[in-house]
Formats: sequence, C-alpha cells, structure tokens
Amino acid sequence: MLALVSPALLVILALIVLPVGWLAWQSIYHDGFTLENYRRVFTEDIYWRSFALTFEISLAVTGIALLLGYPVAYLANSVPKGWSILILSLVVLPFWTSVLVRAYAWLALLQRTGVINQLLRYLDVTSEPLALVHNTFGTVVATVHILLPFMVLPLYATMQKIPSDLMQAGASLGASPSLTFVRVFLPLSLPGVLAGCTMVFVLCLGFYITPELLGGGRTVMVSMLVSRNVELYNQFGAASAVAVVLLLSVLAIFFVVSRFISLDRILGQK
Amino acid sequence: MTRLSPARIALYVISALVLIYLILPVLIIAPISFSSARFLTFPPPSFSLRWYQQYFSNAAWMQATRVTLTVALLTVVIATPLGVSAAYAISQSKLRIMRLIHMMLLLPLVVPIIITAVGIFFLYAKVGLVATLPGLVLANVMLGLPYVIISVLAGLQSFDQAQEMVARSLGMNRLRSFFAVTLPQIKSSVVAGGIFAFISAMDETIVALFISGGQYQPLTKRMFTALRDEIDPTIAAISTLMTAASFMLVLVASARQKKGG
Repeated sequence: MLALVSPALLVILALIVLPVGWLAWQSIYHDGFTLENYRRVFTEDIYWRSFALTFEISLAVTGIALLLGYPVAYLANSVPKGWSILILSLVVLPFWTSVLVRAYAWLALLQRTGVINQLLRYLDVTSEPLALVHNTFGTVVATVHILLPFMVLPLYATMQKIPSDLMQAGASLGASPSLTFVRVFLPLSLPGVLAGCTMVFVLCLGFYITPELLGGGRTVMVSMLVSRNVELYNQFGAASAVAVVLLLSVLAIFFVVSRFISLDRILGQK
Repeated sequence: MTRLSPARIALYVISALVLIYLILPVLIIAPISFSSARFLTFPPPSFSLRWYQQYFSNAAWMQATRVTLTVALLTVVIATPLGVSAAYAISQSKLRIMRLIHMMLLLPLVVPIIITAVGIFFLYAKVGLVATLPGLVLANVMLGLPYVIISVLAGLQSFDQAQEMVARSLGMNRLRSFFAVTLPQIKSSVVAGGIFAFISAMDETIVALFISGGQYQPLTKRMFTALRDEIDPTIAAISTLMTAASFMLVLVASARQKKGG
C-alpha cells in the first residue's frame, strides 16, 4: 500500500514540503545562523503595519462573510429542496469562476467610470464619482465575494444536520420562533460558523490577487510583502521570514480550531 | 414554517441581495465582452465581436492559451493516476502512518498559495525549472492532487469493498480485481476529480506569476499582467470563454457524480 501512495507523496514532498522547508531554512540561515530577518519583521514599521492590516482585513472579511452568509445558508436550509438547490447553485456558481475573472469584473463594476458609479450618477445620488476601488474598500468587497462560498457551504452542511423536531419541540413548549432560534438553532449551528470562519479567515490571510489588483498599491497585505521582497528587492531572507510567520499563524489557527471540530469538516468543502 | 413574519420577509430580502451580489460580477462580464466600446460603459453602446477578434488574432494570447491547455491536460493525465492510487492506498491500508500521509497529501490546500509559490520559485531557480513547461506541469500536478484524492476517497467510501475481495477470492490478483471490479464503480468520482484538477490548473495564477516566463506563460499570467496595467476589454472576452469552459466542465463533473460513485 505504501508503494501505491508513494508517487503522490513524492510529488508533495518535492514540490511543497521541500520548498517550504527550504524557505524556513533560508529565513534563519545566510552565511551562518541569523535572526536578523525576524528582527526586521517584528520591529520595522512596514512589516508590522502590513501584518496588522492583513489581520484587520481578514477579520472584517470574515465578519462580513458571516453576516451575509448566515441568512443565505439559513434560507437554503428552510425552503423546499428545489429552492435550496437553486440557492446553493447561485452560491457555487462564482466559486467555479476564476478568481482573476472576478477581480476583473469588480474592477469593471467599481472603477470611476464603472457600472456602479454610472448608476449612482444616473440616479443623482452623487455628482462626483466615488472612489470605490484601488483602496481597501474595493479589496474587501471583492475578497468577501470570492470567499463567501467557503462560509455558506459549511454553514449549510451543519444546519442540515439540525433536526427540525427540535424547533417544533421549542415551539410546543411555548417559546417564540425568535427564542427557539437563539436558544436552540443558533448554538447548534456554531460548529458550522467556526468551520466557515476559519476557512475564510485563513484563506484571507494569504490572499494575493484581489489586494494586488484592487488595492491600488496602498493595501499592502502580507502576501504582497512576500512577493515584493522577492520580485522587486531580491530580499529572499526577508520574504522567507514573512512567509514563515504567515504560515505559522495559519497552522496555529488550524491547530487551535481542530481541538473543537475535525479538520475534515473545514477542508472537506470545495 | 412558511408563515410570513417580518423576520421571514427580512430573511428573503437579505438573501436575495446577497445572491445578487454573488452573481452580478459573473453576469457583467459577458455583456462587456460583446460591447464595441473601448472603455467600459454600461449598457454597451452596440454589439461587437472585436474583442474576440483581437483575442483570436493575437499571437501572444494564442500562445498563452496553448500553454494553459497543454499544462491543464498534462496535469490531469499525471495527477489522476497518482491521486487514484494514493486514495486507494489510503482507503485500504490500516497502517497508522497512512493518516499522516493523508494529511500531508492535503497540504496544498492548507499552505497559503503565495508561500507555496515563493518556495517553488526558489527551488526551481536552483534546478533550472523556471520558465519551463515541465516546471509548470509539476507545480500544477502538486496543486491538483488533493482534488483528485478527496473526490476518489469519497467515491471509495460508498463502494462496497467486499466486491473486490470476492474477485480476489475467485483468483484475480489485486491489480486485475482493481481494474475489473473497483475502478468501473468509482469511475464517476475519478472523472470528477480529474475535471477539478483540470479547472484548478486552468485557473492557477499565483504560482505561474513566479515560475513562468518567456514563451511558457499561461493565460492567467498574461491576464494578470494586463489587468495591472490597464483594463482592456479583450480580457472580458477571454474571461467569458474561460468561465463558459469551467461551467461546462463542472456540469459534466456534477452530472457524473450524481450518476453514482
């Protein structure tokens, strides 16, 4: 059996374990051991600000995705099967559209001469075009859009498993629908909330395409810090240290969350 | 349950708005691609195929398209057998180390792609695989493997393993019994896994940004560079074609998955 799994394992070892291990090595070794790269990451302003910004954006994106995703998952769970298939298809549809294509669509929608601004002008809401893109706002709008399916699907999967008898039991005992929701349904859906939030947060931490294309150079997220250090400044050591800190953050989050729910539940999507 | 309380109405309205937000960007691209305008205006002033013409008559875009299709096809051809045999081993073996191996094979989904990309770039720079076709294919095989493994494992779970035992007890060896008995029954999930690997390779952008170059640049890399500079409606035409391609593939994959396995 080990022989059957070894070709795949070899590919994984050679193309992700080895390269990432090398990255980690490079971050502490340059003509001798050095922690200089990490000192820079933790003390220099530009690194700090980028990490702080990335965590802020990831938190905001996760929060917004939860607020938008929960009602949709709830609705999909509470309507007849045909409707729920329709709702879920609409959720998954953008899932299978290239991230690059969606970034382009958001540029087209949000730019100064874009669809949204033309509409606002036509409706006389604004006289000047609003700056909707090439800033943090545009980044968040597009990132939430791309990550929302990762929130809705685990939420829906968890809600599906909540027996509807429980809600009826709550109602028959005299609780109002909103009280049964808060006391019965909401707590039971929390594993899905945790799975969805983890996936969205972790994916957002390493996001690259939307901040690069829609952030207008001002929203420097950690992933952009890594790529700039490689492509523009040839600072391989610094890039590696930033990458290692990012990777450790992600692994730490997965580790903590896996104490509460199984990792399969988080990764089983897509 | 369907009594229309104010909360219920609010739920409908919010959900409808969220769904519009989800599909609007996907729907907006096709009209832009068929517009005659140089700049994005909506609704488009008149119908035109000029952006499709520009795409199909541009040597660089065509070369990039060939690279993308070649890489995606080779990725499927390599990743599918590797993933199927790995999934089979994982489902059959009771070795404890198999759990660890299973986790490792899903690493490409866990490690942020930008880190994978930079790591592969450093590795390829050492061994001379930067800006080569084999380099691109290998990276995409690695990224596509988890999709094949997840899909095939799901298929194997619903397959009654006793059938293969019967075949073996009747004298077939393990290999023959796998191809004669097991594979036909998990065919759908194998095909679905292969299609997901294809789409993953077709859409992959970030690793390609770092490791591809020269004549071996896939479509996504050229699109990304073009998007950074200016918004050219040719990209809308390419996007429309790419979206249509992945939707068709997903439809095939999900139709197959529904059929069984």
